[in-house]
Amino acid sequence: MTSIDELYRVEWGHLLSALIRVLGDFDVAEDALQDAFAAAVVEWNGAAPRNPVGWLYSTARHRALDRLRRHTRFEEKRIAIAEAMATPSRAPDVLDDEDAVPDERLRLIFTCCHPALSAEAQVALTLRTLCGLTTEEVARAFLVPTATMAQRLVRAKGKIRAAAVPYRVPEAGDLPERLAEVLQVIYLVFNEGYAASTGDTLVRGELCAEAIRLARLLRVLLRDPEPELDGLLALMLLHDGRRAGRVDERGDLVRLSEQDRTRWDQVQLEEGRTLVRSTLRLGPPGPFTLEAAIAAVHSEAERADATDWTQIAALYERLYALHPSPVVELNRAAALSFARGPAEALPLVDALAEPLAGFHLWHATRADLLRRLDRRGEAVAEYGEAYALAGNDAERRFLARRMEEVGGAGN
Amino acid sequence: MQYLLLIYEDEKRWSNMPQPEQENEMAGYLAFGKEFAASINAGKALQPTTTATTVRVRNGKRLSTDGPFAETKEQLGGFYLVDARDLDEAIAMAAKIPGAKAGSIEVRPIMTFS
Repeated sequence: MTSIDELYRVEWGHLLSALIRVLGDFDVAEDALQDAFAAAVVEWNGAAPRNPVGWLYSTARHRALDRLRRHTRFEEKRIAIAEAMATPSRAPDVLDDEDAVPDERLRLIFTCCHPALSAEAQVALTLRTLCGLTTEEVARAFLVPTATMAQRLVRAKGKIRAAAVPYRVPEAGDLPERLAEVLQVIYLVFNEGYAASTGDTLVRGELCAEAIRLARLLRVLLRDPEPELDGLLALMLLHDGRRAGRVDERGDLVRLSEQDRTRWDQVQLEEGRTLVRSTLRLGPPGPFTLEAAIAAVHSEAERADATDWTQIAALYERLYALHPSPVVELNRAAALSFARGPAEALPLVDALAEPLAGFHLWHATRADLLRRLDRRGEAVAEYGEAYALAGNDAERRFLARRMEEVGGAGN
Repeated sequence: MQYLLLIYEDEKRWSNMPQPEQENEMAGYLAFGKEFAASINAGKALQPTTTATTVRVRNGKRLSTDGPFAETKEQLGGFYLVDARDLDEAIAMAAKIPGAKAGSIEVRPIMTFS
């Protein structure tokens, strides 16, 4: 039997999306669903009904109606819900078939990721409503007080209601742009769980899992294949598959070149690589697909020095054509330094001095090239610049170590 | 739903604009008015902020000062009050206002009291 906890995790978004559709209000739907789960704990007494999802849906709808009856100021909503419930085709009172609970999660995801909401609110709302994370969990994941997160959610839901943010899948003309925004939100969720080295690591790891779950869900919900969605899913699988090798016993970040590759999750990496290959066949790759392809090449190398750097440099070049940022160019130069040697890469890195002089990784990359060219004095100075600009302790420890190695060897 | 579409742009742009361009932009506003005639409840252009007076009452005392509420790079230059099904429809309308190309349109839902 599925436990109530498990149902909550797996079915929360599905049930909530259907309830918002019928009740026309995020808060009313959320409260009703919360009530229904609380009722299940008491009434099931360990023995779930034959169709637990249908039970939760019917119960939530009844609870909502009861609540609205008691609050006459919700007169308008009361009428709307009474009408919805009187329509037998839409919602029979007893559901025998699980499919009878309509799946409106595609509408829900587009409403939560609506550009009229702030990026912070989009992420929070998506995690709260679609993934069923509690407000406390979302707050902990983003390292803000629960009250702050609660207020952020209240404000977002208030705007959805007051400004009439639609609960609907965008029309074909708007779909590509809106879908790109949804992908950004999913990627933000993932990065929040992946990039930061602080905070509650357990909850943060969960964010990566939630982002992957969202991307998988979106693939099922969208009828047509979306290459960049596949690219994003592949990218997340390929990064997340290296998770176990990314931190050492002390919890420090380990650089890609120094990771114990036997700790990587080969099953997940293979799923990511297969997805990249099939996406590349769909047509000219977008940025997510190119980044996934780069991660795929890294994941294929059994040892760091077996990496196909020529291919990685070529992929960065294609990425730069789509997304001309100096950081992409810096990555290309670093890849080239391994493919063709540091002497060839140094002028490319030097050319980026103007946009990137305030960025610690520019100095760290330059320092590394100088070290490999045996220009030790300059390398030490450059490591020092990088050290002064780095914000992360693990990174600083690495730079200090390198500085000592290079400086020591020169004496 | 009703929305107020507030047109903010640098009012100096308009006063410095050569006449053929002004006429061109006016034609754009006429076309907008025609396209959305069924949805527009009201729409007006405002005189520049040099003509504005800001009024406050503090401790029962009326205080009038010369100038707009706040000095900003872009100024409120006009508005439309429109009917729209939801925010997406209002945003689509706002994007078609000629002023959106040079300035910004703030979309504000109208509050209803029941």
